[in-house]
Amino acid sequence: MAGESARRSKMTGGRNPSPTLVTPTDTAKHMSTSEATDQALLSLRGITKRFGPVQALTDVTFDIPAGQVTALIGDNGAGKSSLIKTIAGLWSPDAGQMLWRGKPVHHSGPREAEEMGIKTIYQDLALCDNLDIVQNMFLGHEPMRLRQLDEDAMETAARQTLKELSVTTVRSIRQPVASLSGGQRQSVAVAKALVNEAKLVIMDEPTAALGVAQTRMVLDLIKRLSGRGVAVLVISHNLNDIFEVADRIAVLYLGHLVVNGPASDFNRQNAVEYMTTGRASAAASVA
Amino acid sequence: MSTPQAQIEPDEGSESALSEAELTTVAPEALANTLGEYVQAWWRRIKGGESGALPVLAALILIGIFFQIESSAFLSDGNLVNLFIESAIFIVIGAAETFILLLSEIDLSLGYGVGIGGFVIAELIAPPVNFPWWLGIVGGVLVMGFLGLIQGTLITRLGLPSFIVTLGGQLGFLGIMLELANFDKTAVGGVIQIDPSTPIAKLAGSQMSPTLGWIVMVACVALFAALTLSRNRSRRARGLHTKPIGVTVITIGAVAAAGVVLLYICNANRSNLGVVEGVPWVIPFVLLIILAYSWLLSHTRTGRYIYAVGNNPEAARRAGINVKWIVTFGFIMSGATSALAGLIYISQQGSVSTAIDGGTLVLYAVASAVVGGTALFGGRGRMVNALLGGFVISVVYNGLALMGVSPAVQDISTAVVLIAAVSLDALVRRRAVVR
Repeated sequence: MAGESARRSKMTGGRNPSPTLVTPTDTAKHMSTSEATDQALLSLRGITKRFGPVQALTDVTFDIPAGQVTALIGDNGAGKSSLIKTIAGLWSPDAGQMLWRGKPVHHSGPREAEEMGIKTIYQDLALCDNLDIVQNMFLGHEPMRLRQLDEDAMETAARQTLKELSVTTVRSIRQPVASLSGGQRQSVAVAKALVNEAKLVIMDEPTAALGVAQTRMVLDLIKRLSGRGVAVLVISHNLNDIFEVADRIAVLYLGHLVVNGPASDFNRQNAVEYMTTGRASAAASVA
Repeated sequence: MSTPQAQIEPDEGSESALSEAELTTVAPEALANTLGEYVQAWWRRIKGGESGALPVLAALILIGIFFQIESSAFLSDGNLVNLFIESAIFIVIGAAETFILLLSEIDLSLGYGVGIGGFVIAELIAPPVNFPWWLGIVGGVLVMGFLGLIQGTLITRLGLPSFIVTLGGQLGFLGIMLELANFDKTAVGGVIQIDPSTPIAKLAGSQMSPTLGWIVMVACVALFAALTLSRNRSRRARGLHTKPIGVTVITIGAVAAAGVVLLYICNANRSNLGVVEGVPWVIPFVLLIILAYSWLLSHTRTGRYIYAVGNNPEAARRAGINVKWIVTFGFIMSGATSALAGLIYISQQGSVSTAIDGGTLVLYAVASAVVGGTALFGGRGRMVNALLGGFVISVVYNGLALMGVSPAVQDISTAVVLIAAVSLDALVRRRAVVR
């Protein structure tokens, strides 16, 4: 929790897209190459990935800034999963480069990406139902004291983190995860990423299969996460959620990144057009 | 036991998937602040299906009453001590199987692991080799730990089902055991005698003096009380949720009472001729094993990872846990522990013989763990369950033997107890799941 104050100060300025990035939608594809580099946490440069004859990703270039929520949208098969798995280190790209705080990185496995601070929360959340909230949050990274698990330290830190995320609906942090609702489970997964020093949290369809109240809770959680200075990359099909929570939007179409810019440049109509056709009609982009 | 008091309070926290009552059924002690609340929450949890050790204890009392009515010798001091000694082996093999069941695997080989462990220990301390007794035990534990390592490696590295590997292991271990007996020229007719003067023979055959028993018991209870109280104080100082003081006092009181009862029973003269009194050494030995394993499961990373792997291996893997090693470790522990059971076996028998029935023993291992409340499907259970379960198994056997029923009826009755315990667990769980 050392760099917390630093992250906090960054976040206050980072709530909205930087003023230097005033980019019209039609040129958005190439806009981020130079301007955003100095403040982007993770920059993708020309990422290309092939699976045999299938071209999953072609020359994908965009930035993920700290303290902001970047939404990655696209139709089925657009390459969203391939892209997040590339970022998460499950495989390396065939071509292109990833820059972490401006320096080229090449992680050879998910472990390295995790150590760097890239935490991916897949839809299954990867929680152990029989363990309680605290045990789940520290799974694999338990602090030790006198050669024993330091339960008290874990409990104190877990409580602190949940408080910062304003997760107040859980009655006790010692209740097993099996007893939690979908939104609460999502909260535990996010808190788990946070106590493990996440700098970039990738969330795959975080609101899928959640009810209205639960979705509300998770969206608030995402905002608070970015409010703490963490970069958030959200994948979702739900445009309502995207427009509610995203600072920036990137659209993938058949493996190409067709557009990328501040969320304010988008509306429902052109977003759908980008997702389904790869470009927006004039009428749509004006609106 | 089910009374119509299953009223459920209105659901206050709308965001929680669980109502207040349901929540308290899964985590009562996490919510209660006073002794009264704690008792209420605990009672609701029992009705909600998370009954823990209670059904076993209730069953134990019922079985005990039944046998006492049938045979007045059942609750005599002599027979009770006898029961403690008999249950030792069931408890220890139950503990061995608990490691495996928690991982959602099964070990069918550990019955003959007991045999191999017993033979290795007996041969190492007998004439041609003449190792000191403790080196014999170390040798037995190492050999069985190594065989467990082989089984665990086959299961994890080749991805084979543990059922098949350990089924093969059962047969293979039987062969190894017979070969060990053939190899040893002193094993006449497949039997090796244990020198009655060794500590190994005295484990089950000798006892602490009554005074030493009292001193050890008082020291243990005092240590337990001191640890519990200091832990509570440090948690309270850090502002963490602490059990109500009343619960702590009752827990310590219960432990002290159990110790006094145990000592009272064991220290009575249980011989008709001469004097036999004091706590058999095997009792603290078994308690020490259960205590050490409980500590391993609840206070070390390895223990925590065993629960995680048993419930969700994929989540464990993504958390950076070496799942293959954890499963392999479980099989090493299971093997090593079966050697300790072999030690108890040869101590009780005063000899080791190829007639040892590993096939039945492994059933008792599973039965002890499951009757005590450990789930067959991983991630749920504790070492204490094996303690209770092993005791229930030996109570059933002992009681039926006192009644003079035939071995056939004994086997059938034990089977009924096992099936009943599993059914009860399944029924109670189903009730807990249906919301």
